[in-house]
Amino acid sequence: MWEYAPAPESRDIANLKPNYRMFVDGKFVEGSGEPLKTINPATEEVLAEVSTASESDVDTAVKAARRAYDRVWSKMPGSERAKYIYRIARQIQERGRELAVLESLDNGKPIKESRDVDIPTAASHFFYHAGWADKLGYAGYGPDPKPLGVAGQVIPWNFPLLMAAWKIAPALACGNTVVLKPAETTPLTALVLADIIQQCDLPPGVVNIIPGAGDVGAALVGHEDVDKVAFTGSTDVGKVIQGQLAGTSKKLTLELGGKAANIVFDDAPLDQAVEGIVNGIFFNQGHVCCAGSRLLVQESIADELVEKLHARVSTLRVGDPLDKNTDVGAINSREQLTKIKELTESGEAEGATRWTSECPLPDKGFFFAPTVFSGVSQAMRIAREEIFGPVLSVLTFRTPEEAVAKANNTPYGLSAGVWTEKGSRILWMAQRMRAGVVWSNTFNRFDPTAPFGGYQESGFGREGGRTGLEAYLDV
Amino acid sequence: MSDRITVAKTYKLYIGGKFPRSESGRSYPVTDAKGTFLANAAHGSRKDARDAVSAARKAFAGWSGTTAYNRGQVLYRVAEVLEGRREQFIAEVATSEGVAAKKAQSLVDTAIDRWVWYAGWTDKIAAVLGSSNPVAGPYFSFSTPEPTGVVAVLAPQQSSLLGLISVIAPVIASGNTCVVITSQDRPLPAITLSEVLATSDVPGGVVNIITGRTAEIAPWLASHGDVNALDLTGAPESIRADLERAAAGTVKRVLRNKPSEDFAVTPDMSRLRAFLETKTVWHPMGV
Repeated sequence: MWEYAPAPESRDIANLKPNYRMFVDGKFVEGSGEPLKTINPATEEVLAEVSTASESDVDTAVKAARRAYDRVWSKMPGSERAKYIYRIARQIQERGRELAVLESLDNGKPIKESRDVDIPTAASHFFYHAGWADKLGYAGYGPDPKPLGVAGQVIPWNFPLLMAAWKIAPALACGNTVVLKPAETTPLTALVLADIIQQCDLPPGVVNIIPGAGDVGAALVGHEDVDKVAFTGSTDVGKVIQGQLAGTSKKLTLELGGKAANIVFDDAPLDQAVEGIVNGIFFNQGHVCCAGSRLLVQESIADELVEKLHARVSTLRVGDPLDKNTDVGAINSREQLTKIKELTESGEAEGATRWTSECPLPDKGFFFAPTVFSGVSQAMRIAREEIFGPVLSVLTFRTPEEAVAKANNTPYGLSAGVWTEKGSRILWMAQRMRAGVVWSNTFNRFDPTAPFGGYQESGFGREGGRTGLEAYLDV
Repeated sequence: MSDRITVAKTYKLYIGGKFPRSESGRSYPVTDAKGTFLANAAHGSRKDARDAVSAARKAFAGWSGTTAYNRGQVLYRVAEVLEGRREQFIAEVATSEGVAAKKAQSLVDTAIDRWVWYAGWTDKIAAVLGSSNPVAGPYFSFSTPEPTGVVAVLAPQQSSLLGLISVIAPVIASGNTCVVITSQDRPLPAITLSEVLATSDVPGGVVNIITGRTAEIAPWLASHGDVNALDLTGAPESIRADLERAAAGTVKRVLRNKPSEDFAVTPDMSRLRAFLETKTVWHPMGV
């Protein structure tokens, strides 16, 4: 393995402040909830204190969003809304480096990912949706589709700024106003986004950002003056929210968990497949709802592939998220690390064969070495439950029919991967996957023009593309 | 001729292409709008609903896997057979809904035309709702609508045929299969529709029709793990929220359309969209 000298990005670039406040009605204000301390998961040091919303703050934010909707945003021509959204896209690009470093500090993800994926894709979501704002009549929902009103949005900690962009950009383009709650452990980049929104001079109340824990999210989605709820997070919480909204007229979209199959046929280009498998499960420490966490390998090549995989995974550098050489960063929280450990222990207890990279881990912070389980059966917890960490379960199959049956044998249905050189087989497989995204001979590709979302218990509604606009229109 | 005794029909359930009685052995009297006895309908049970879900699941792969052209022809065939039974439907709708013959005629005509409208959608849905995605990279990315799966449909309580057809046709046009709970008090046109389906080319299990008490059977469908979506149109107001809560247990897609929906109005695509998923497929481009 090559030795690399450390190449850390300077944390000064993050422009970290000791205190962050919530953003309501165009102003940064103290919340009356208990302030939270957000930590750097790579060092466990406190990064900043962040004020949180109480139930009355949620009400204030929703009222601000309602006023902005009634008086300004719903009346503004789409062509004018568009220019505000373009401004946001540009400012994210201009402050991209600051946002990337801050994201890696707060979340633990490698700087090369926040720099090359999270931040640019967040900008592209605003840029793409800005253009829709004055073209909604061409989107296939009638000549003049109307917005819904106030959107309450709750997002997870795995892609903090990117998820904010996925939620806010289409909402604004369609003419809605927004109250967004970032995740408890990763509120910082959303609050810098608030700063950008303020600098872009968006009318007060069009976007409100209120940090806090699950109770703030529950108060937001349950608020009687919210017309639309969008949630990305765990299937368990998604079910609670769907139940909470029963009997209301609120429109709901959910983007929930997954247990994706990444299927490798015997004719696949193995080295390419190995790269795709690694990207599929170790990208973002495996904190990805569409992660390829179940590797289904055709039996005849299983030994060879697993050997290649071990060799490749051994070269992954785990450590300082700000180091440009780092491949796998820190697990986002102690709680998540505990969950990953518990599930991997169950894998061993249930009889799967564990292989863990011998890479050195930092002394402090939340880290987990990349792990591959082979000899996994469908009944094991590591084959059924979402681990949301750098842990891959390898299963085998003999025929394409068996691959389909095993891939679809899950209540989830967010994504799938197919690796084969045979074009007709790719299309045959893609047609049979009960999943919202099928990556063939690639994995984990995202684009604002490509609709993303789940089948079954991975949620409903789509984000991105013309299809994604439906979630924010009264159609 | 007037003193001839007519052959009275036994009204049964329609599950998996067959006409069973309710496994519960129960039936309930159905009357016309004035309260005159018409027939005993099968009083469907939880077990009947489960059998119907199994039949619908079994039929899903085949029905969703047929070509859109074929599905369109099968559905158009249904309209042909409906047309042949037009007089029977007019009589049944008139008695069930207590409307004059002329009104019943208009309802039946609209219903048949509605079926033709949806039959014509099968091979246009993908073109209208799908997309080729201009992603920023060397990939071919396309998105295509696919059926959600097994849909539980609570048919409208008032509109016994037009309403029924307006909720079933969009579900199966896109390749879903369904379990339908008919109007509780006006189930007879639904049973006759099932005879039409059985004698058209619709495979058994694509549409399963259960008569009985909506409030009794619906909760079992709302919580059923193998049902993917729920159409609440005909749900009594008092249980709508409970059904939605039950549906949340398996993240079902729920269509909340109200019982007051006016089925005489020409529909848009919303009922088609409600039971479709979007699948996005990516592949690298290169030499």
